Amino acid sequence: MKADTPVDVLDCLGQRCPLPVIALAKRLPTMPVGAVVRVLADDPAAAVDIPAWCRMRAQEYLGAVSVDGSPAFDVRRLT
Amino acid sequence: MYFDAATATPLHPAAREALLGALDDGWADPGKLYTQARRARLLLDAARDTFAQVLGVRPDEVTFTGSGTTAAHAAVLGGLAGRRRAGAALVRSAIEHSAVLHAGERHVRAGGTEAEVPVDRLGRVDLDAWARAVSAPGVALASLISASHEVGTVQPVAAAAAACRDCGVPLYVDAAQSLGRMPVPDGWSLLSGSARKWGGPPGVGLLVVRKGTRWVSPYPADDRESGRFPGAPDLPAIIAAAASLHAVHETAAQEGKRLSELVDRVRTTVAATVPDVEIVGDPVDRLPHVVTFSCLYVDGEALLTALDRRGFAVSSGSACTSSTLQPSHVLAAMGVLTHGNIRLSLHRDSTAEQVDRFLAELPGIVTALRAEVGM
Repeated sequence: MKADTPVDVLDCLGQRCPLPVIALAKRLPTMPVGAVVRVLADDPAAAVDIPAWCRMRAQEYLGAVSVDGSPAFDVRRLT
Repeated sequence: MYFDAATATPLHPAAREALLGALDDGWADPGKLYTQARRARLLLDAARDTFAQVLGVRPDEVTFTGSGTTAAHAAVLGGLAGRRRAGAALVRSAIEHSAVLHAGERHVRAGGTEAEVPVDRLGRVDLDAWARAVSAPGVALASLISASHEVGTVQPVAAAAAACRDCGVPLYVDAAQSLGRMPVPDGWSLLSGSARKWGGPPGVGLLVVRKGTRWVSPYPADDRESGRFPGAPDLPAIIAAAASLHAVHETAAQEGKRLSELVDRVRTTVAATVPDVEIVGDPVDRLPHVVTFSCLYVDGEALLTALDRRGFAVSSGSACTSSTLQPSHVLAAMGVLTHGNIRLSLHRDSTAEQVDRFLAELPGIVTALRAEVGM
């Protein structure tokens, strides 16, 4: 398995910010350090707020991808 | 407790006094040839002279419009139309006011082009990218806000103007948040402002077109305001706007210092008392009266509502508080958190006691809202 392969996917499609960020903040601490989680989120604020959350909480933002036409954001747990 | 001066400031007493007087004297059309009209003309000329004096420009360079928004539209569309032969490209920062963005959208729909210049994390325009953008072929006009209306960061107007001058590109400066509070550097060709930001009444905008600037009215022909803005000017409101601009200009230095110290107190205290908060914008090189921060895991609309219930009027750039459900383009361009966002903007009636009360109540409000979502 590649290091950047998400081990978990959070489906936050249809949720308004800050709900996708809250889901990410709740899930990431339950995962092992180094693991990657993918957040599916189509709220326009998610594209800004997920990278900003990673910067504020010292986690690694890996970037945005498109999953079945929906925006998704990959985050790696660092601490 | 009203903390939204960057949207509209309570009427300055000088504006109120001038407005009441002008209702009796300033109702006639200043363009006509009879006694009442001549009196109105004298009042309009005096108001224009006051603006020219405060701004350091010639009276015939000053035009009154119906709002800050229409002044921005006129500056952008008129500046582009006047330079049609030079090109069809508008260069603007990523953090211009929505009035400038919307004027740019119209320009693009009409076949023009637009280049957006990014800002850094503090909300300051990237000067290297700016210089590259304005030196590209076919640039008709460049647009830079004097200081961010959302986060307060002062823009490097003098350096941006120098880059424009080197390429022969006119610079439009949206000075809505700066006028009456801090000086705007020279070097611009077009400038706009809004009276309700400095304690004048709503419905008065200011457009300054410097001599030698190629500018063509984007409106159907009209002989009012030297052909620059159509329709009978709201003379009583203009007189009140001039009176308040003169009054705030006189006290700008000491009032700016007082408000800036209150803003410092907000920045320091919020950072110390609210966990997981991001205070945005330049902490030093900023407007004296604006402070913006975002609280993780908090819904911006819920925060506004909770504050309003306790008597605090503030503004927000969060998506849920906008009619389009889009987050603030300014916060997005800076790459800072957009949810849980609050902007406080202070004015002459804002007191240390009011600010302290806000600072005392905010942490509890944020904690309660986070608890509702299990954070």
